[in-house]
Amino acid sequence: MITARPPLTTIAAIAAAPILLLSGFAWAGGWIGPPRIGGGTIADALESNAGKHEGYRRAHAKGVCFTGYFDASGGADALSRTPLLRSGRHAVIGRFSTGGGKPFATDGRNVFRAMALQLTGPDGEIWRLAMDHTPIFPVATPEAFVALQRAARPDPSTGKPDPAAMKAYLARHPETRAYQDHIAAAPLPDSFANSTYYSINAFRFIDGAGSAHAVRWAFEPEAAFGALDKAALASLPTDHLFTDLGARLARGPLRWRMIVTVAAPGDRTDDATVPWPAGRRRIDAGTLTIARAEPEESGACRDITFDPTILPDGIALSDDPLLAARSAAYASSFGRRAVEAPGPSAVGKTLSQKGR
Amino acid sequence: MPHRFPLAIRLLHWTMALLIIAMLFIGAAMVSTASPAYASLIALHRPLGIAILLLAALRLVLRFATGAPPLPADLPRVQQRAARGAHILLYLAMIGLPLIGWAMLSAGGYPVRLTAGFVLPPIVPRDALAYGLLRQTHGLIAFAFFALILGHLTVALIHRFVRRDGVLETMGFARAAALDPELAEPEEADEPEVEPAETPGP
Ligand code: HEM
Ligand code: HEM
Ligand code: HEM
Repeated sequence: MITARPPLTTIAAIAAAPILLLSGFAWAGGWIGPPRIGGGTIADALESNAGKHEGYRRAHAKGVCFTGYFDASGGADALSRTPLLRSGRHAVIGRFSTGGGKPFATDGRNVFRAMALQLTGPDGEIWRLAMDHTPIFPVATPEAFVALQRAARPDPSTGKPDPAAMKAYLARHPETRAYQDHIAAAPLPDSFANSTYYSINAFRFIDGAGSAHAVRWAFEPEAAFGALDKAALASLPTDHLFTDLGARLARGPLRWRMIVTVAAPGDRTDDATVPWPAGRRRIDAGTLTIARAEPEESGACRDITFDPTILPDGIALSDDPLLAARSAAYASSFGRRAVEAPGPSAVGKTLSQKGR
Repeated sequence: MPHRFPLAIRLLHWTMALLIIAMLFIGAAMVSTASPAYASLIALHRPLGIAILLLAALRLVLRFATGAPPLPADLPRVQQRAARGAHILLYLAMIGLPLIGWAMLSAGGYPVRLTAGFVLPPIVPRDALAYGLLRQTHGLIAFAFFALILGHLTVALIHRFVRRDGVLETMGFARAAALDPELAEPEEADEPEVEPAETPGP
């Protein structure tokens, strides 16, 4: 049926269709147009800062698994319809970690102590929480997160960040300076067991009638507070926090109260650098009991990612832009480490050396 | 001999073409950003992807039951074979890609949430390495799928505007009288007057 050579206009018109579609795709994927920050960009920034440690989390690389349970008191039942907050006991697996991307870093640093949890409800629904020991975060947006990582990147020749880059960053980000002031002044807990862990980001609880309530939460320890001497951090044994945790758990389980703070009208839910004023309504939602710790090699926590957007029905995201950014970054970090062979953990290494 | 696909298949073809292209754009866009759009796009990506899987299964059943109109007799054998191969790959991708998406989330320990209260069960056991490999495969197959669709679209347009052999019309909705006179047949002849023996399978 081919009659003659098709005219050029026909060929051009035919070629235009796939070319248009391809250009649209390239635009959608961000390959053309202004550069975008994706989960991969964030993982790259973390890697360029801490070095690339194959098989480990790109942040909070040093950690230990634990198991326990959460006894919901039912106190938050009126705010959220999730069965996980209705009175009852739910299985917990989790992970303690310290901030940073180095799996064998020393514990003698003024950095995040963190607790990640996965609660499993009666119907199998899960809730993941990843919390730090500070009530605020240094940045409010993924753009600022990446800018901070880049400014803090150690210069290969000195091993220290370029002070000029950091100064320029801080000039543009007073919220990071406020965070630095906070962490410099606040006492540094001397144990995972006596730290308070904060959601930092706001979430929304959805009640049985479908109304939303803006909340933040914190896990407040039963163990008495003790602070490290910040001047003597350099002399702290490398795995101090992890050894201490093992010793405490050998004596008995550790407990935290889950305190839900309800926002008052006007409180900002989209900025993790701003704490809510004191005097907000506080609800005791239940008690977390941690019974046993296990190195990542044999524990259940290593091969999951504590993406804080994994929520049960009845708990929803707020307008805090960090939540989606965390989800994208955790997925990227998880995707990378999943295809790399996992290495030994600091705790596992110590145990196997002792065993020998 | 039917000169076009049964109405149900034509409707499915175009609905799914739109959905699949939308999904490719959504997928590429969501991994490019860490803005709040990431969370909303991924919440859309999962249910749409599973919808495509269900529609593809339905379509395959219909296709096996009804067959397809023959390609023009003067189309060279290699091209007939290539068309058949490409169509099989398209079917494989529209079923395989959502299955890989579901399997990868299962392996990674992510709940496969479709709507607020509805979570699909995992289809493979938890395994981090499997998650990582499936995640890479999902991306690679998605891009290959898109390339295949571009080729498929281009060839369809060549049939329509260069060969003018009525192949595009086999997926079209034009009234028979509006087609080339030589292709025109009474409307009734449209619907499945099946000859599965002629083209078994996709
Ligand atoms: C934009 C802001 C943030 C980014 C880009 C980010 C990035 C990351 C990444 C890439 C991981 C490793 C995930 C994995 O491989 O599974 C991680 C782990 C973690 N992050 Fe964040 N994070 C952010 C904010 C926060 C905040 C606000 C908190 C606390 C409230 C937090 C607490 C944690 C904890 C506890 C872990 C360790 C989880 C575990 O033990 O597996 N992060 N973060
Ligand atoms: C026809 C159906 C589908 C198409 C065309 C499609 C397409 C895509 C594309 C193009 C990407 C980006 C890949 C990359 O850049 O590496 C992607 C990623 C992804 N898709 Fe799909 N997909 C489909 C079905 C599904 C299904 C059914 C699920 C899950 C139930 C799913 C879950 C995901 C996830 C989780 C990601 C990666 C997100 C991340 O790592 O940040 N997809 N998809
Ligand atoms: C996401 C996009 C698309 C997919 C997945 C897709 C898939 C398919 C498949 C699997 C077939 C084979 C039908 C069978 O034998 O059972 C087919 C046939 C066809 N498609 Fe598409 N298609 C897409 C987009 C398009 C577009 C954009 C066009 C045209 C501009 C088009 C035109 C056709 C035509 C004309 C046929 C009939 C070919 C024949 O009879 O051999 N398709 N398509």
